[in-house]
Amino acid sequence: MATALRPSKLHPRDLGRTATVGLRTRRLRTALSALGIVIGIAAMVGVLGLSESSKSELLAQLDRLGTNLLTVEAGTGIGIGSGELPEEAAGMIAQIGPVETTTVVSAVDDAKVYRTDYIPEGQTGGISVQAIDLNLLDTLAGTVADGQWLDSATGAFPTTVLGSVAAERLGVTDVTGIEQIWLGDQWFTVIGILNEFELAPDLDRAAMVGLAAAAEYLDDDGVPTRILVRVDPDQIDAVMGVMAATANPENPEEVEVARPTDALEAKEAADDALTALFLGLGAVALLVGGVGIANVMVISVLERRSEIGLRRALGATKRHVASQFLGEALLLSAIGGVGGVLLGVGVTAGYASLRGWTALIPPVAIGGGLGAALIIGAIAGLYPAIRAARMSPTEALRTAG
Amino acid sequence: MFSEPVLSLHNVTKEYPTTPVVRALRGVSFEVGRGELVAVVGPSGSGKSTLLHIMGTLDRPTSGEVSVAGYRVSQLSDRDMSSLRAHHIGFVFQQFHLLSGYTALDNVADGLLYTGMPLRTRREMAEIALRRAGMGQRLDHVATKLSGGERQRVATARALIGNPSIVLADEPTGNLDSKTSDSIVELIEELNESGTTIVVITHNPEIAEHFPRSVGLRDGQIEYDTSWEEVA
Repeated sequence: MATALRPSKLHPRDLGRTATVGLRTRRLRTALSALGIVIGIAAMVGVLGLSESSKSELLAQLDRLGTNLLTVEAGTGIGIGSGELPEEAAGMIAQIGPVETTTVVSAVDDAKVYRTDYIPEGQTGGISVQAIDLNLLDTLAGTVADGQWLDSATGAFPTTVLGSVAAERLGVTDVTGIEQIWLGDQWFTVIGILNEFELAPDLDRAAMVGLAAAAEYLDDDGVPTRILVRVDPDQIDAVMGVMAATANPENPEEVEVARPTDALEAKEAADDALTALFLGLGAVALLVGGVGIANVMVISVLERRSEIGLRRALGATKRHVASQFLGEALLLSAIGGVGGVLLGVGVTAGYASLRGWTALIPPVAIGGGLGAALIIGAIAGLYPAIRAARMSPTEALRTAG
Repeated sequence: MFSEPVLSLHNVTKEYPTTPVVRALRGVSFEVGRGELVAVVGPSGSGKSTLLHIMGTLDRPTSGEVSVAGYRVSQLSDRDMSSLRAHHIGFVFQQFHLLSGYTALDNVADGLLYTGMPLRTRREMAEIALRRAGMGQRLDHVATKLSGGERQRVATARALIGNPSIVLADEPTGNLDSKTSDSIVELIEELNESGTTIVVITHNPEIAEHFPRSVGLRDGQIEYDTSWEEVA
């Protein structure tokens, strides 16, 4: 009797080589079938990356702006009130223990702003005049783009600081020279231009003057239309609870108390919903990519009958043939996965840099992306691999052209 | 006479369960001794291909016993049959079956792919086999750039790279012109002279005439075997 048979063996490195035969000889098909996976993975990585980057940006923004700002406004509308808070409201609010600072904003409705006194009446460009407490810049964490902020001296004279949009509309780009604007029928000197306010975008469209100057030159009564309040961060809810009654004890229902950072968070929540939608679209693309790979692999098995027959003749077991085709599907999806991750990272980095964010890709997105691609590849390759393995060698050789 | 059969078939039948049942082989018995060169000759439909598949353990007989290199095929599992092919049987096909993107060297090296031998060793052995097949100048040529005769030489080198117990050639000259065909027959004779046991399946009696022994197949049965005459 003959000695025991040495079993058929396929070295792992050779398995890798055989799994790339089909990919190397049909490059265009490889690229196109990997493309579906690339798109799916890129969508998922990109969406997760952008969502993470924007979240981190929001956290940084909230950290910078502080979440302890409250705005107190008089409600406007029929039967609600005049749109003004009681004159003493700011003082009352300041009495609440956890309140750190208060800033009065008083809209000077009668005063209009024009670039010069030659501009026809009514063409105000939507710019409002706001008389403000001088601590406004600190309260809103605002910054000066050019010139300077109002101080106790300039705040009492006909000087103004323009919000970013107001400056743009008036065509005041810098204050190095003496820039004057026609405000409330007299010349006011522009001493500064501000950057955008993230917490009070309406003030971007305002020409701001000191309360003292408003009283002196614009006949403003100084009645607050809005009070900005910084409170102890741990006591925000408690303060919000008593705010309306404190600001206007007679008609607390006329007072609206809001937290501007809530709007930012709400926007982020809306973005989250969009993120889920895009993730869903990415998953669909991935699924379609998987079906594409399965399709290509089935065709490949049919086309390569002669190769399968040859390999069986050379001593390949069914398992060797199955692992070759499964390996090929896995490689195809891995190429798609890596391509998708790179594309997704690229898109995230590009978009983040465009928006001035720090690009942040969660590692789980990269790992998950590659993992998802491989799982899809394994599922897509399983049936074709089994089909190839079950092909009878004689049948494969007989039908080979 | 050759002793110690490398291949032995005893009363082998093969039926295909079609309607009506096709009986491709009807009690075929013969032996191939070590170092023999045998032609199996028969017209189309005589059962040649079925016989090749059964001799090459690519298929099992319906009944009868087949032994290759001392192993009884009926006692082998599918995996064992793969192992037998990997280590003991070399195939040469009419359609060459070369991998198009591979060089001649790597195509031949693949002859030992499923033995678990490292690539470097396989390539070294492939070079020797290609030189034996007269293809020493074409080692790095891609298969698609070779002529028909050259491809068949590469395929032949692949079949004999691991010094298999037996090489089975299925119509090795079927796709070649007569001049190239003659050169392949010469190559087969040379390889046999250096000790390789070879069975050539062909429909062409002229080719069979070159070989020391031929077995005639008709309607799934052995019609003649020139070795009978020798014995007689």
